[in-house]
Amino acid sequence: MAYVAVKGGERAIEAAHAWLAEERRGDPALPELTLAQIEAQLGLAVDRVMAEGACHDRGLAALAIKQARGDLIEAAFLLRAYRTTLPRFGASNPIETDAMRIRRRISATYKELPGGQVLGPTFDYTHRLLDFALAAEGGTVPPAPERRTDAVPMPRVTGLLAQEGLMAPEPPSEAEPPDLTREPLGFPADRPLRLQALARGDEGFLLSLGYSTQRGYGNAHPFVGEIRMGAVTVEFEPPELGFPIELGEITVTECQMVNQFAGSRTEPPQFTRGYGLVFGHGERKAMAMALVDRALRAEELGEPVEAPAQNQEFVLYHCDNVEATGFVEHLKLPHYVDFQSELEKIRLLRREAEGE
Amino acid sequence: MGVLARADAASIAARLDDAPALPAHSRLRGPETGLVMARGRQGGDGAPFNLGEVTVTRCSVRLADGTVGHAYVAGRDARQAELAAVLDAALQDPAARPALLAAVIEPLAAEQAARAARDAARAAATRVEFFTMATMR
Repeated sequence: MAYVAVKGGERAIEAAHAWLAEERRGDPALPELTLAQIEAQLGLAVDRVMAEGACHDRGLAALAIKQARGDLIEAAFLLRAYRTTLPRFGASNPIETDAMRIRRRISATYKELPGGQVLGPTFDYTHRLLDFALAAEGGTVPPAPERRTDAVPMPRVTGLLAQEGLMAPEPPSEAEPPDLTREPLGFPADRPLRLQALARGDEGFLLSLGYSTQRGYGNAHPFVGEIRMGAVTVEFEPPELGFPIELGEITVTECQMVNQFAGSRTEPPQFTRGYGLVFGHGERKAMAMALVDRALRAEELGEPVEAPAQNQEFVLYHCDNVEATGFVEHLKLPHYVDFQSELEKIRLLRREAEGE
Repeated sequence: MGVLARADAASIAARLDDAPALPAHSRLRGPETGLVMARGRQGGDGAPFNLGEVTVTRCSVRLADGTVGHAYVAGRDARQAELAAVLDAALQDPAARPALLAAVIEPLAAEQAARAARDAARAAATRVEFFTMATMR
């Protein structure tokens, strides 16, 4: 493809950006949005931008949302671009989600399970009716009820199934995972690489693909074994210290999707898992990721690979919304010469057709 | 170190007001912001994978007596990283350690524990009690 450097238009671009800045600010009679307000009151948008921007920093994500005028894909793009300016200090120890400080934890497979069903701050069971009380500003929110109890252990549901030997165990491994921010995506992609791509993948794309597996495109019979959301400690071992230290806490959402597996020549019938893990409170994304992760395991589990969600190249090459938007939106760039040649060709064909 | 990583610069500084003065220091490196790739495990307990990066600010300092302190804290708070590094160095002095622990680290840890306890209590209030349905019959 050929692009032509086009001169001129500088003044037009400057004027366009000045107008953009004015539009972004909106009515100057209204107070300007602060980053703290975005962080606190549009928290799930911040979480989504961090997840798809693949960079955990609430303040930067809030800035990106403000700059992008609320366009969350543009905001993820801004965050991805910013991260390329920072040095990499290293990689953390794997976060241990069983040690999570739980804010929400539910299971659809066991009613009564150790630690119980903890609903947390959820939209579930709300009536989805517009709440006009929120339109009137200045209301105070009563504090949420508290119940002081002794700490209850919350073992993983997959662990409960594994104890009975009914859940395929994850082979223990400390292998250095591949990193698609350093090496281009290659196929076949191992599960760690796939999970990295899915974790930063577009929520809408993964949601639709996950949905497709439920509707028959891929042989899925999923149950939500467990969703948990809360704070986990991130540990890092600086080379100069030689022992791990805590960098702080981040919120993550984890989904363990439990799926039937009919068994194979080497494996007995059992359950297998699809796994979802995302930055922030991103339940829909974690669930969709878990569905797609399981679908992408078809080949390793000896299942037929027939549906789009089971096709590694289809899923992994198209789930990244920053790449997708780049290629789709590049169509807006000048293609004058390309198009000129197409035009010549069509005219020629027309002349030939008319001449005959 | 974990306590200082969870506290912002303002709350560390507020605790330092009531603490013995920190020794003078010089910066060896930073404070500078970079990234640490946060990793998860497939299936929660299997092989590691790269989840995404976290912004991290680090700082290394040297005290007049040669003690070196390091800090790595999540986020971009340069002042927090520098204060944490100075405290890391100062806490290595057995004479200064008890007073600094009492004035800075322990109160910050208590604040953090209280916040965590409040979170846990709010979560516990949303725990579903299925047995209440049985007693209603």
